[in-house]
Amino acid sequence: MRDVTVPSPGTQTTGEVAGPFLAALEQSLPPGRVLTRPAELIPYESDALTAYRERPLAVVLPETQDEVVAVVRLCHRYGVPFVARGSGTSLSGGSLPVPGGIVIGLNRLNRIVRLDPRQRLAVVEPGVVNLAISQAAAPYGLYYAPDPSSQPVCTIGGNLAFNSGGAHCLKYGMTSNHVLGLKVVLPDGEVVSLGGESLEAVGPDLVGLFVGCEGLFGIALEVTVRLVPRPECYRTVLAAYRSLAAAGGAVSRVVASGLLPGAIEIMDALAIEAAEAAVKAGYPREAAALLIVELEGETVQVEKEFAYLLTVLQDPALTATERPYEVRVAQSEAERLAIWKGRKAAFSAVGRLSPDYIVQDGVVPRSRLGEALAEIERLSRQYGLRVANVFHAGDGNLHPLILYDGREPGAYERAEALAAAITRMCIAMGGSITGEHGVGMEKRAFLPEMFGEDDMEAMYRLRRAMDPLELANRGKMFPGDPTAAARPGWLPHPLERAGVISRM
Amino acid sequence: MAILQPTSLTDVQDAVRQSERLRVRGGGSKPTLSTAADGVTQLDLTALRGVQEYEPEEFVFTALAATPVAEIEALLATHGQYLPFDPLLVDRGATLGGVVAANTAGSGRFRYGGVRDFVIGVRFVDGRGHLIRGGGKVVKNAAGFDLPKLMVGSLGRLGVLVELSFKVFPRPAAYASLVVPFPHLHPALEALYRLNTSAFDLEALDLEPTAEGSFALWLRIGGPAAVLSERLDRLQNVLASGAMSFARLQGEEEAHFWRARRELSWVPAGYCLVKVPVTPGRLPDLEARLVATDVVRLYSVGGNLAWLAWPPTSSRTAIQALLNALGLTGMMLFGPPDEPLLTPLPGAAFFQRVKQALDPDGRFV
Repeated sequence: MRDVTVPSPGTQTTGEVAGPFLAALEQSLPPGRVLTRPAELIPYESDALTAYRERPLAVVLPETQDEVVAVVRLCHRYGVPFVARGSGTSLSGGSLPVPGGIVIGLNRLNRIVRLDPRQRLAVVEPGVVNLAISQAAAPYGLYYAPDPSSQPVCTIGGNLAFNSGGAHCLKYGMTSNHVLGLKVVLPDGEVVSLGGESLEAVGPDLVGLFVGCEGLFGIALEVTVRLVPRPECYRTVLAAYRSLAAAGGAVSRVVASGLLPGAIEIMDALAIEAAEAAVKAGYPREAAALLIVELEGETVQVEKEFAYLLTVLQDPALTATERPYEVRVAQSEAERLAIWKGRKAAFSAVGRLSPDYIVQDGVVPRSRLGEALAEIERLSRQYGLRVANVFHAGDGNLHPLILYDGREPGAYERAEALAAAITRMCIAMGGSITGEHGVGMEKRAFLPEMFGEDDMEAMYRLRRAMDPLELANRGKMFPGDPTAAARPGWLPHPLERAGVISRM
Repeated sequence: MAILQPTSLTDVQDAVRQSERLRVRGGGSKPTLSTAADGVTQLDLTALRGVQEYEPEEFVFTALAATPVAEIEALLATHGQYLPFDPLLVDRGATLGGVVAANTAGSGRFRYGGVRDFVIGVRFVDGRGHLIRGGGKVVKNAAGFDLPKLMVGSLGRLGVLVELSFKVFPRPAAYASLVVPFPHLHPALEALYRLNTSAFDLEALDLEPTAEGSFALWLRIGGPAAVLSERLDRLQNVLASGAMSFARLQGEEEAHFWRARRELSWVPAGYCLVKVPVTPGRLPDLEARLVATDVVRLYSVGGNLAWLAWPPTSSRTAIQALLNALGLTGMMLFGPPDEPLLTPLPGAAFFQRVKQALDPDGRFV
């Protein structure tokens, strides 16, 4: 590919630059906010894609927007690359440090600047935790809709950079669909405002371009998000099937029925086993696949639609193999939460079945889900590795969990090869290499397989127009300097091990 | 004025390469945005029409940019689906590309979002004549920069849109509407704020100045026909305080009302129509300056979108002065041929970098 693989300028910060740069950094910030000792840097070497690690030159912990701008300007003056980081929950290696560069830790920029329930919006700093917005808005009957599984810890800045999704994207969209305005510092230190507070805009959608830029266009300092009313009523059904194909077929029928569920999720037998072992959600254990469908809205309407949903799922015209052998309707909020608890815990729970695993995030057209799952099963046998499937069926977003034992020689490489095969299958089916985790470090080799040369070049020109020195999150999204990578070797994220966060 | 009428994507690329300055025209439903000035080549895309792919089960379709929205709507309707952002000027021939480039969504975008929330894939010819693809054809996708969104509202200045992919939704089985008059703006806004923090699923929420300082809220709901009446009852309870009366619309009459609204048929002939993004909190300021004028107003999308129609004799500078004084932005949709953007926009420095990357020679004017 032309242009794009040209080595980035100055892949290492040389000793001559590092000394004066660090001195200038320390001068511009209060004491104790520039970390340089190895012991202090270790926690920042990796994010939730723990197979990759890299020690940064330093970690900077600004507490104000002005401090972030000052740090970015220093990086620009000295030509030092930087990576913005929130809670480090990126699953694509998005906040992996750059060799010779610094990490700008934004967790201390965690002020909710303004909450305006009447106009349904909030202005927040990038270090605000996703769930904290909903908690602040809850007294007004509002919430922030995007719900990545790491929402108790992940920050809005990271959500924004990687356009995070969640279980409710089909109806409500991803992060991008909920950001109205931004104040950002570009990689050369210029501060610009994009968008505003209105749901509408004139002129090109620059906010839309910035969201999902994976940190390559700079750092968001302030984010205006829209809030939505908490639905009056949720109705949730869990259907157990004897085959994965039958559950997939049910998804097609629900979609064709004219209903618009807030969430449609599927778990396969291995994922069910893991979830049961971890949280005892009370799932039917012998099921080959579980389907979760949730409707939400005004009570009187949801009740009507839910009754219809149950007839769609249990249509007498279906054959015994197509029909669920068990259907459970959540009779209370507690039962509903129990259904979701198992689903949300499924990922971290897989750790109980296998010492190590890789999660893949590809998307296929919904009508090809069955075909995709059969192919994953075939690949699983071919590579001799177990794969658990938990996925957002409503929007075709797969999350195969590839189980392996890192202590076994060659196992990691085999798991990675299997993940690559699944990624390529998604491209071949007309889907995407990533639904919600982003390209980051992990999938940068595949972006040029999904897009053509001219497409890649146009994106790269945008990157260079914003950041000619490629200082902001260098080495991410675009294939490039392989030395910026990593040493294979899996270590679960501590929060993940504790079951606080998960990968879907 | 040179007019080029490409019939293929290659033609578009050639046209871009051989024209120093050009402006794109689709259906011509918004002439202020599409008419080429002297010395500017008019790129007439009308031949680039037709649906490329439509899988109802995917909630996704792909079509060439100059496909009339009316054609798409008819196709989607056969499968009970629709474009939830409520595209404008459909009967006047608006095309998909024009709707994206001008970012023209109607009252119905209140429920699920605007053009930006439903365009998922794009192919466009950039200023160097390269055919570029962004986004994809699946409803969820986080790969690469979000070029489809960038093109929303771009007015053809970052590239010539040639193909677009959209997400669609199942259309509600039936609709019903409620008209609620208020004696003044204040109680109408208070009612709007109450709705904003209540769990009602409104398809549309418009606020319209009526005679002598009074205002009316227009609310639209959609869903199974059997429950609409009960839902309206509940809405009336919430709105009872401050409202003067209630009128219900349904069936043909209701559909006709909203159809006329999306065709902008309320705009008097010859008036200059300006789109102004706002928030409901800004409406008192805006009303204070407009109440004694001949400007015809409609506050759509829950008070987030002001449509202002100025009498034909209005001076452009007066319109600009008003917007600037309030710190608002505006785009002229109908009016004398001139620059459609009336005010500076946020992020100009960012835009310049984007422009430099995609249209370095400044071909798209």
